[in-house]
Amino acid sequence: MNAAGSAVQVQGLHKQFLDKESGRTIVALRDINLAIPAGTISAFVGPDGAGKTTLLRLLAGLLRVETGSIEVLGVDAKRDPQQIQDRISYMPQRFGLYEDLSVQENLDLYADLHGVGAQARVERYARLMEMTGLAKFTERPAGKLSGGMKQKLGLACTLVRSPELLLLDEPTVGVDPLSRVELWEIVEQLRHDEHLTVIISTAYLDEAERCAQVYVMHEGEVLAHGTPQALSDHARGRCFMARSPSKQPSRLLQSRLLDADDMVIDAVPQGGDVRFILNEQTQSDALCLRKILDGARVEEVSPRLEDGFMVLMRAKLHHDKGETDASLAAVSLSKSVTGADACGGAARDEVMIEVRDLVRKFGDFIAVNSTSFAVRRGEIFGLLGPNGAGKTTTFRMLCGLLPATSGFLQVAGVNLRTARANARRRIGYVSQKFSLYGNLSVKENLEFFGGAYGLRGQRLRQRIATVTEQFELHGLERTPSGHLPGGFKQRLAMAVGLLHEPDILFLDEPTSGTDPLARREFWRRITALANAGVTVIITTHFLDEAEYCDRIVIQDAGELKALGTPREVWVQAGHSATSPLNMEKAFIDIVNQARQSAQRNDKEVASA
Amino acid sequence: MFALLHRIFILCRKELLAILKDPSSRIVLIMPVFIQSFLFGYAATYDLTNAPYAVLDQSRSAVSTELISKLESSGVFHRVANLTSEHEIAEAIDSGEALLVLQFGPSFAEDLYAGKEVDLQVILDARNSNSAGSAAAYINAIVASFNQQWRQSHGGGAPALSIEARSWYNPNLETRWYFMPSMIASLAFLQTLMLTALSVAREREQGTFDQLLVTPMSPAEIMIGKAVPPIMIGLVQSTIVMMVTLHWFHVPMAGSFISLYLGLIFFMISCVGVGLAISALSANMQQAMFYAFMLSMPLMLLSGLATPVRNMPMPIQILTYANPLRFAIDLIQRVYLEGVSLMTVWHDLVPLFVIAALTLPWAAWLFRHRLV
Repeated sequence: MNAAGSAVQVQGLHKQFLDKESGRTIVALRDINLAIPAGTISAFVGPDGAGKTTLLRLLAGLLRVETGSIEVLGVDAKRDPQQIQDRISYMPQRFGLYEDLSVQENLDLYADLHGVGAQARVERYARLMEMTGLAKFTERPAGKLSGGMKQKLGLACTLVRSPELLLLDEPTVGVDPLSRVELWEIVEQLRHDEHLTVIISTAYLDEAERCAQVYVMHEGEVLAHGTPQALSDHARGRCFMARSPSKQPSRLLQSRLLDADDMVIDAVPQGGDVRFILNEQTQSDALCLRKILDGARVEEVSPRLEDGFMVLMRAKLHHDKGETDASLAAVSLSKSVTGADACGGAARDEVMIEVRDLVRKFGDFIAVNSTSFAVRRGEIFGLLGPNGAGKTTTFRMLCGLLPATSGFLQVAGVNLRTARANARRRIGYVSQKFSLYGNLSVKENLEFFGGAYGLRGQRLRQRIATVTEQFELHGLERTPSGHLPGGFKQRLAMAVGLLHEPDILFLDEPTSGTDPLARREFWRRITALANAGVTVIITTHFLDEAEYCDRIVIQDAGELKALGTPREVWVQAGHSATSPLNMEKAFIDIVNQARQSAQRNDKEVASA
Repeated sequence: MFALLHRIFILCRKELLAILKDPSSRIVLIMPVFIQSFLFGYAATYDLTNAPYAVLDQSRSAVSTELISKLESSGVFHRVANLTSEHEIAEAIDSGEALLVLQFGPSFAEDLYAGKEVDLQVILDARNSNSAGSAAAYINAIVASFNQQWRQSHGGGAPALSIEARSWYNPNLETRWYFMPSMIASLAFLQTLMLTALSVAREREQGTFDQLLVTPMSPAEIMIGKAVPPIMIGLVQSTIVMMVTLHWFHVPMAGSFISLYLGLIFFMISCVGVGLAISALSANMQQAMFYAFMLSMPLMLLSGLATPVRNMPMPIQILTYANPLRFAIDLIQRVYLEGVSLMTVWHDLVPLFVIAALTLPWAAWLFRHRLV
């Protein structure tokens, strides 16, 4: 069988777990069949809870195979999991780096654990250092590396020996675009040089597009598999771009399109335009569609993997629910419709946040250097930058969690750090990491934070009912919030942040690690809120999400590098104003330009 | 005002929920206190019972036999060996077979009848100084009563002045009487300290503290909300120990419950202050746990529970002024056993108040100013 070149063969695989809390069995995987050719990169994609991690762990021989068969590198995983573990490398989502040990010590430790000989080590280290660019940092403690570097070190530790199969579980979550590109280069180089078979699970469909084979998973099943091209074809002939003639933000057209969920499967802002997918029954020139488009110019485009993915997911959800996809469209957008009128005119010009020459130092290290910007009411304002660029520091200063070293800072007319406690009632805060009380139930969390914001009695009950409805948390009221699946945790965090109807909402990396479906849903809510006059400050790693923002800043090494609408930033990055936007490219260009000029300056200083 | 109380109330409710929701943590808060109160009640005692002794009776007289039988009937001593020569004394002591050896000289009876002063040699194994001290005291008492009887029955004038020691508050010198009331404070002290030390550190580690700081709650409100639940839990634990002391070990309580609880509340507030300061200072739970452990051992040792504070070197005695447990133990013993009112022990309340007044505001300040 292996002669055919299959690194992994899986047939009729089922896996279930017993949930100790409820005593119910949970089906994690059902009827999985895989055939992964040797020397290729394959991807598992799908929403949270699709079973990607479980499947990877089964392939790694870390979980017991009960029903079905798994053959990895010609070895039966049921009979000899140890042999599999000896020949593969597996990098879990949270790789176990020892934060207090240096880069070199971490590498040595993993080499010792895997019994890599001294001679083999010398060669391997040299190669890994060259690939990861960690050579300069060998003495640095792993805990002091940036998120992207940590992942690279994790990968290097995973690769201290030469495996025949490499399993990577969401290796790029929380990693900035530059580091993502570098990580992928390493993986592709390995595949090329060592004929390594790689299986990767990811929430980023643009990454999956680089793979030879993609498995789309949903609730423990493989919905479809094939080349990215074949999967994209599910949306062939149904993808369009709409260019709005007016100067309106493209997200307005986008939300109108999404509202027409009887015709439109998906709509996202892209390159200043709106990309949308129609369902099978709808023609692109249908009358009611033209009304929504309101004169926007429409042209057909070739589908991407993400489009195919969305079509597959929608079909699945449609099939399951027997009605329109509740998980996406049920977002009550009454607010977005009426809200747009409710908050117009003068109020929109009100400056909600003002920052001038903001500086934050930690000892000698300048985390944020003379940054200035202003945000008006109802704006969605994005803070973008690579890991360690100063986004989170800026964010924490705005929220009043961190004092500024110098500079002027006002949120809703006050400095939250020194203002009276009541001023904080006007802001809502959703942190990067889930930060509600895990052992308290959904309802208890809502009651507590509602109370903390001074809501009580009838008013509190009303607000809890509203956000429970708005974020679809029905039936989960008594569940301990720590037991919620990832997407629901995020919804609960949003519900808590919005419970007291704040004027300004702070969101730190809210979409990090969430799947495309959850991200769509999230941005629907955010645009609806902005239309209702809520000011939104958001940090994000997903550059395509910058297009949802009215304006963005790009920070690198504590400096503000670009500020403006996505289109303006695109121009600042040195591109023509009319060429299609590509925020990821704009970001990489701006950061690279800044770094190069910094290096030039260093050299000039050194030579002078 | 109502809004403020309401915020503090919901914070306290949240804290209690977070602590008590988990059945296993409920057990951890109640069971050890129960077990420890029994354990200390029974095990931690300096009282002498069944002390083994040996006799080297070279006089073989009626008088020596009489004295020995007095010893036997005290219930404190029991004879493990009759020695025949002085060489065997060392052996009996070294092996640990006997805690003490009683030696009657060959002329013991003759000298006594002759009205001379007679020495009775008692050799004690002082490796355990506490037991040896108590044993010596018992022997002294028995000999004294023997002397008195002897003088009465054999003339020799009026009985010589004899020391009559009577111990107050613990007439039988039972260590349990001294120990158990101290436990009311010390057992609750350990867990209250640990509970509060972890409270803020846990929230910081899990990121929930930021979420709390962006709400309109002020640091003072958060501080109160964090302080009240551990005080409540500490009081419940103290009550358990007190019930065991009162109803199982039957240590009579002389003072009033009101004074006792008021004293305990003062004590708990200062403990929580120390705990919260530790917690606010720590970057994570591990650090907080480490600090709490590091502090709790010396605080217990320097509390006067095991050794009297007045016997410590002066610099250490001064150090104990920062130890809430020292004052709590003094306060509770005096209220419980002596039955004094809080007015009498005001000097114990002052240090507790000062500790709380320093640590609590410091902790509240650290909430916002400690940068992690």
